[in-house]
Amino acid sequence: MERTNTLSIQQSRDSDFIREVEEASGQNLSKCYQCGNCMASCVYTFAYDYPVTQIMRLIQLGQKDTVLKSSAIWLCANCQACTTRCPNNIDVAQVMETLRIMSRKEHTVSLPDIQAFYDEFLRSVKTFGRVFETGLLPVYNMRAKKPFTDLDLAPRLLMKGKLTFFPAMVKQRKKIAEIFEVIKRDRFSKEGKARPEPLSSQPDI
Amino acid sequence: MKRVAYYKGCSLEGLAAEYDRSTRMVCEAFGIELVEIPDWNCCGSTPAHSYDPLLSAALAGRNLAIAADNGCDMVMSPCPGCLKSLKGAQETCEDPAQRKAFVDLVGRDVDGLKTVSLLQLLYEEVGPQALQKAVRRPLTGHVLVPYYGCLLTRPAEKAKFDDPENPISMDRLIEATGATVPRDFPYKTECCGATYGVTRNDFVGKLSGRILDMSQGLGAEAIVVACPLCQQNLDMRQDQINKYSKSAFHLPVPYISQVIGLALGIEPKVLGLDKLCVPADILLEDRSGEDGQARQPGGVAAG
Repeated sequence: MERTNTLSIQQSRDSDFIREVEEASGQNLSKCYQCGNCMASCVYTFAYDYPVTQIMRLIQLGQKDTVLKSSAIWLCANCQACTTRCPNNIDVAQVMETLRIMSRKEHTVSLPDIQAFYDEFLRSVKTFGRVFETGLLPVYNMRAKKPFTDLDLAPRLLMKGKLTFFPAMVKQRKKIAEIFEVIKRDRFSKEGKARPEPLSSQPDI
Repeated sequence: MKRVAYYKGCSLEGLAAEYDRSTRMVCEAFGIELVEIPDWNCCGSTPAHSYDPLLSAALAGRNLAIAADNGCDMVMSPCPGCLKSLKGAQETCEDPAQRKAFVDLVGRDVDGLKTVSLLQLLYEEVGPQALQKAVRRPLTGHVLVPYYGCLLTRPAEKAKFDDPENPISMDRLIEATGATVPRDFPYKTECCGATYGVTRNDFVGKLSGRILDMSQGLGAEAIVVACPLCQQNLDMRQDQINKYSKSAFHLPVPYISQVIGLALGIEPKVLGLDKLCVPADILLEDRSGEDGQARQPGGVAAG
């Protein structure tokens, strides 16, 4: 993990970033005075590189690189505890969501295996219109190079008749795939930005 | 008969099939007609949100559009994750800046629809009093703890149901079945580990582990849930949790619809009770002569 050099923090300040996060999340981030309620409410703080209070402060300081490369934003489960308890009514979970979307666009996702799981999930939706649970896991396991994930669950689930072997398919699958294509097309053209070079070798959905 | 569009979502077609079955049985018992949304698609869940909010809104919105085309004004989803996406779609449609893009993708607006969880539908359209009157097989003597999970009542201004920190709707419904609910369960809305069951299994070991631990400490013999993901983490992964935390939990995790169904006298098999990983047969024991309070540590009789 890269640590922010606080002695030269002005040099890495990106004021556009502050505005972009505020606009995309619809939140006024200058209202945050680092009371720490979000951090104290967050059950994932033990696993974060930067606790959520510090993420909020880093945004206020325009530290785009540090924020978008942090693992915290990808370990947030969007459980809404921070949002529920913020005394300034900042939708903190929405800010974290905004940061995930930005880090995807900038190709700075720090935890490629979590992105891989989400990508395979979306690929399943794009292909079948629904998520095919039994098919999703082996593909993810291969991509994340963790072939034995949840293999221990298989015997019992088989016995209970809970594993389906054929995907349920939506009739209007083409319509679903079309939604994906339109969104993908508009994603970069909207901002008039060139597509940045990917950091990881993960294929986009 | 109340007619409600039913969006069951992918989980209820697979690992949570018993949630689907028991939901249908209980709604039928109370004269609620569930109209499954024809040709429904996945709401996109967390992965769609974190890719593009408009993708999530359009995927969830297509289902709302079909429900509206079928003349329904209320949509119910038993999955809080799906429900969050459906509400997100409504919000996008109402946002002047995004309305056109949404309608272009989905084909129509989805104004005027009410979206609710199964819990909200049962609490508001049936209610604890009517449930109490309909009980044929009271669960008297059983101690059940309600676990709501993180999304069912949060964020408050979007969920618009019950309390975000200390919800009570499921408490009241469980009490109406005759069962005892321990007071002050502190983890009602704490996160169970959510989607990290697959990618960060130790998170579920830690977070779901302490929910099991607290429930057991309160004398509960089962944890009642209203979310397929919470159920999977607490039930299907209970052996993994035991391995992680070197514990020996053996707590059944039935859905609220199964518990209500049992109290209504519906056959356990029809409610898919045998589909739970940790067997819930303990709920079938007749304890009508016992006082649930006495079974709790610090309960009335014990204290």
